[in-house]
Amino acid sequence: MPGAPILEAKNLRAGYGRTQVLHGVDFAIEKGSITALLGANGAGKTTTLRAVCAMVKAQGEIRLDGARIDGRGTEDIVRLGVAHVPEGRGTFLDLTTEENLRLGAYVRRGRDAIERDLERVFAYFPRLRERREQQAGTLSGGEQQMLAVSRALMLAPKLMLLDEPSFGLAPLVVRELFAILREIRDREGVSMLLVEQNAAMALELADRAYLIETGRVVLEGSARELQSNDGVRRSYLGY
Amino acid sequence: MEAFLHQVMAGLATGGVYASLALALVMIYHATHLVNFAQGEMAMFSTYLAWSLIDAGMPYWPAFALTVGISFVAGIVIERVVIRPVEHAPVLAVVVVFIALLVILNSVAGWIYTYTIKPFPSPFPQEMALGRFMSPHELGAIGVTLLVLVALFLFFRFTPLGLAMRAAAQNPASARLVGIRVGWMLALGWGLAAAVGAVAGMMMAPIVYLDPNMMTGILLYAFAAALLGGIDSPLGAVVGGFAVGVLENVLGSFVIGSELKRSVALVLIVGVLLIRPSGFFGKVSVTRV
Repeated sequence: MPGAPILEAKNLRAGYGRTQVLHGVDFAIEKGSITALLGANGAGKTTTLRAVCAMVKAQGEIRLDGARIDGRGTEDIVRLGVAHVPEGRGTFLDLTTEENLRLGAYVRRGRDAIERDLERVFAYFPRLRERREQQAGTLSGGEQQMLAVSRALMLAPKLMLLDEPSFGLAPLVVRELFAILREIRDREGVSMLLVEQNAAMALELADRAYLIETGRVVLEGSARELQSNDGVRRSYLGY
Repeated sequence: MEAFLHQVMAGLATGGVYASLALALVMIYHATHLVNFAQGEMAMFSTYLAWSLIDAGMPYWPAFALTVGISFVAGIVIERVVIRPVEHAPVLAVVVVFIALLVILNSVAGWIYTYTIKPFPSPFPQEMALGRFMSPHELGAIGVTLLVLVALFLFFRFTPLGLAMRAAAQNPASARLVGIRVGWMLALGWGLAAAVGAVAGMMMAPIVYLDPNMMTGILLYAFAAALLGGIDSPLGAVVGGFAVGVLENVLGSFVIGSELKRSVALVLIVGVLLIRPSGFFGKVSVTRV
């Protein structure tokens, strides 16, 4: 693995109330790469993302670019350049598309750079430009997912955490979205941690992948290795 | 006809005050889904503060500005110190805190300033304006109210901070994920509500005179106004405020007499809740079970 990882977690444990969901998860994300986190429902994928940005209480060590971030608040972690596209998209339904996007850049200073980034996301997702003044709640599911990704991009993030971006979208729309994610990685070098149930598509996009089962990493490797792993194929790819 | 017009105009003036206070209620309701029963007493206390400053020899407008500033800070402090600890408590616990705040502010005001009614100065000239229909203070109060409303609208609509406050009220989890400090936005909302309330109190005091109970009835009207407009709609609160002001004045003067004026608010509250609980501008939310 060349260079230091952008994100590294060691012995990550987290849960809700008395129910522990993560029982010591370790992973590392290489700079400028897409890492997929695969697993069944309830395996702890979403909780892992939430633990990284302090939306749930967690123990263990989390390093961003080498510096500890565990124990810091969500709002501070955002300021370090971690953008989270949450489960359910997190759209501000009563605000307009543009207001949603501008909120993504809330912690940034420098008006010119923000305007440039607004143009940049409109170039990736021209549909959002058409819907600019429209109330975000009236957008279709696919458009809201594009909006969620775009809102994250407006942070000019080092690292994006994507929670099931394919959820509820038509296969064609998912393909389109994943192509754009690939472009964002290649062109801008944004690192991504991608949580997906759609393992086949995730492995096509990702560079590396981790498989978690009941709160533990059971398998890790390059996306290609996991694609050809018999167990993964039978349980998650379905052939 | 002339008397009628006069009552409508006077109703608009007090309606502006109801509108401001209703807007303060709506602002806090928007962020927390709770009605701050102490909003009126907070405004009353601010008005006493202004009275003290003016009594100590400060000219009206500096005293006005200082009162608004202090009320803003006090609103933030109240949220941080009193409301924050019960953030995740059941609704009834929070309501009890609101009522405690109401009683404490009322008693402390009575203790410091006594329950004797005091006159409160108006900053506007004494000569009559608009013929016989409206006193200069009434006209000025409407003007000040409208200024406050426009300023608030511009703030929430066009500034990044206003946008962040709307976002924090609407979707706190998502707001945190873009880096908005949601707790501070709530506190800021309390500060703004307290400041708007202070303006409402200072505009009302020359009409109803200053005493610790001056806001009890006004809060009732403001509550009716907020409900009539739709408790989650700022525009509704403003329209509702003016409507309630006029209705109360006209009905009180020509139909039911001033003794029963307050029941107008109660009838409105019960009526709106029975016939159209979301008010005229509020959102109807349907929950599937």
